[in-house]
Amino acid sequence: MDIKIKETQGITIATVNGDVDGSTAATLQEQILPLAQAGSKILLDMSNVPYMSSAGLRMLLSLYRKATSVDGKLVLVGLSEEILDTMSITGFLDFFTTCDTVDAGIAALQ
Amino acid sequence: MERVDIHPTHQHGNFKLRAGRPLPFGATLVPGGVNFSIFSSVATGCTLVLFERHALKPMAEIPFPSEFRIGNVFAMIVFGLDYENIEYGYRIEGPYDPPAGFWCDPSKIVMDPYAKVIGGRDVWGKPPNWDDPYQHRARIALDDFDWGDDRPLEIPPEDQIIYEMHVRSFTRHPSAGVKHPGTFAGIVEKIPYLKELGVTSIELMPIYEFDEFENSRPSPVTGETLYNYWGYSTVGFFAPKAGYAATGKFGMQVDEVKNLVKQLHKNGIEVILDVVFNHTAEGNEKGPVISFRGIDNKTYYMLTPEGYYFNFSGCGNTLNCNNPIVRNIVLDCLRYWAAEYHIDGFRFDLASILGRDPWGAPLSNPPLLESLAFDPILAHCKLIAEAWDAGGLYQVGTFPAFGRWAEWNGKYRDTVRRFLKGDGGTIGDMAQRLQGSPDLYARAGRAPATSINFITAHDGFTLYDLVSYNVKHNEANGENNNDGANDNESWNCGVEGETDDPGIIALRQRQMRNAMAMLLVSQGVPMILMGDEVGRTQYGNNNTYCHDNELNWLDWGLLQKNAHLFRFVKHCIAFRRAHPVLRHREHFRNQDYVGSGYPDISWHGTQAWHADWSPTSRTLAFMLCGKHAKNGSTPDDFIYVAMNMYWEALWFELPRLPVGLQWHVFANTGVAAPGDSCEPGQEPPLADQKGLLLGDRSVAILVGR
Repeated sequence: MDIKIKETQGITIATVNGDVDGSTAATLQEQILPLAQAGSKILLDMSNVPYMSSAGLRMLLSLYRKATSVDGKLVLVGLSEEILDTMSITGFLDFFTTCDTVDAGIAALQ
Repeated sequence: MERVDIHPTHQHGNFKLRAGRPLPFGATLVPGGVNFSIFSSVATGCTLVLFERHALKPMAEIPFPSEFRIGNVFAMIVFGLDYENIEYGYRIEGPYDPPAGFWCDPSKIVMDPYAKVIGGRDVWGKPPNWDDPYQHRARIALDDFDWGDDRPLEIPPEDQIIYEMHVRSFTRHPSAGVKHPGTFAGIVEKIPYLKELGVTSIELMPIYEFDEFENSRPSPVTGETLYNYWGYSTVGFFAPKAGYAATGKFGMQVDEVKNLVKQLHKNGIEVILDVVFNHTAEGNEKGPVISFRGIDNKTYYMLTPEGYYFNFSGCGNTLNCNNPIVRNIVLDCLRYWAAEYHIDGFRFDLASILGRDPWGAPLSNPPLLESLAFDPILAHCKLIAEAWDAGGLYQVGTFPAFGRWAEWNGKYRDTVRRFLKGDGGTIGDMAQRLQGSPDLYARAGRAPATSINFITAHDGFTLYDLVSYNVKHNEANGENNNDGANDNESWNCGVEGETDDPGIIALRQRQMRNAMAMLLVSQGVPMILMGDEVGRTQYGNNNTYCHDNELNWLDWGLLQKNAHLFRFVKHCIAFRRAHPVLRHREHFRNQDYVGSGYPDISWHGTQAWHADWSPTSRTLAFMLCGKHAKNGSTPDDFIYVAMNMYWEALWFELPRLPVGLQWHVFANTGVAAPGDSCEPGQEPPLADQKGLLLGDRSVAILVGR
């Protein structure tokens, strides 16, 4: 798993590659949670995440809670069918705005 | 400031350790690690066994250092564990002497009784690896679900309408058309159906982890596998059944169940769990060592002086519920489900066992039942007892209630069934059942909602089979038709089983409507069995505990086939919800205490104000005065119900209403659909206000407004 972070049009785009599970979620969290600053707009591109475990979903929810507590916004992009399904069944999806593409995600944040 | 207890003090191999906290029991996440705590009154030593998920061989075995034991509790923090990917168990050292009740055997790995997630049967029906020395594997739950502003609904007991369902059966049939058939997620997809039907509460047959392969065997009839399908045999009391979760393969069943509860609550529907504390999946002395037996056999089970298992449950062993330690684990369990899962209520299977002392004798003041009744966390949970057990204790009407406990009213079922099939000598009894069984409950000051009224439940015939079979047909269970109840009080309406005789088909349709109508105008809490609203059949099998097939699965095609029946039931439920006079909080006083000129309830027959109470009578009618609804606090209409279970049509003279009010017809089962019922509020006025001709074996419900 690795993560690349860039800024564009006032939006922080974090691109994650690889599985997010118990062994990688903590690393990811360390890098992503600091992005949640007052009023920040975060786009998490998960197009190249084949699998996300319970720990990964919890990391996402922590990020959401932290971002919204400081009036930030968070959009998830490119979730696989299976991850979307798991998130829907377990209630995680209720919290998030999701988009199919990075462009749609940027539009949603603007 | 950093806490000191995040630092290890001991080491075992690569694992850093520290003395743990004895409470809470189980495995709990603490800063930097996991706190493992387990008690045994007989263990001389204990070893924590850690596995990587699904691995056959342990990754580590860590004996509890002797200084980590306090009292009979072994407690240890292990730092740096990848808690998402481990499974844990214990080896218990101590005496092994079964005739004396001791079963400690460190060659076996036993499961934590407080395990909150249990692996090993992650996907329903997937054959387990029988070579795995640790079949049911404790895992760690986070219990950090984001509930938003959800909490248990606390629907007033008398306003409940319960729908008893089996998680897998509800959506497993291909016709259900859900994405994840037979799962908790499948129920979420069917919430619109439950809302349309109008029930307020669903009661889930056991969802605590069980082993569907317990006593599995090929069917002697079809050769297909027979399972422990219903799940009345608990492996772990704190863990949801993984095989019922679409996400069980990811170990996310905890979140899936919580999401189900949250979504149901959002739609105004409560969740009641059917819980089985009377016995466990370990069976008798021939059964497997899973958990309790290997940890502290004498504490957890009722034993004979020779060390055999008492069998008040009919399932091999009996949990020693009034041992103080077992009492606490039951209480911990229910508190956990109420607090962590927002469960609205519990129905206790064979609850009379919970009132027996450690030697099996019934207690007059059972401490467990008292603790549950007065517990602060359970204070608003519904507590419902199946007030009998398999050891001969029958406590309907006398279950030690402490002002809190409701009961499955078996007498309601039996009386209504007899009346329904046209037996004589039932009218007096029937009058009691329609009033919320004051004969059983009023003297003890127990409310009408104490009575959970049901005509059918998972045990026994479905409603369709009740009117289609005289006797059970359980051959498919492989026990030579010896299992299941024989006293069904059923009537096949003329032919045993399926028929194309239109007269018999019409009569069965009417009888199902009659049953539903009686159930839904009775004081107390109605409970409907899953599928009875669409005429589900089990083909005469009255004990389908072992079938993972169409004997249990709800065929959603019935919704079209029996659309009129569904419509009738839906209307009756809506009618009940529209009329508080059907949902009294206190028992009738049989007098006019609000000055309306009418008593709260009055009895009638073919002649108004004159019920026929004779042994040959098969008719009964009653009128409820709406001015008395909820003790006069919520004005409602008058309601009149006439029941003619005689085999010929009869003229029923109607009681006269106050000036300005008229009788309107809500339902008449003697009329063919769609004229059998209408939407509440849309009832047409009755042409002749003096009376009505009620067909043979028919029920009419009128509303006076």
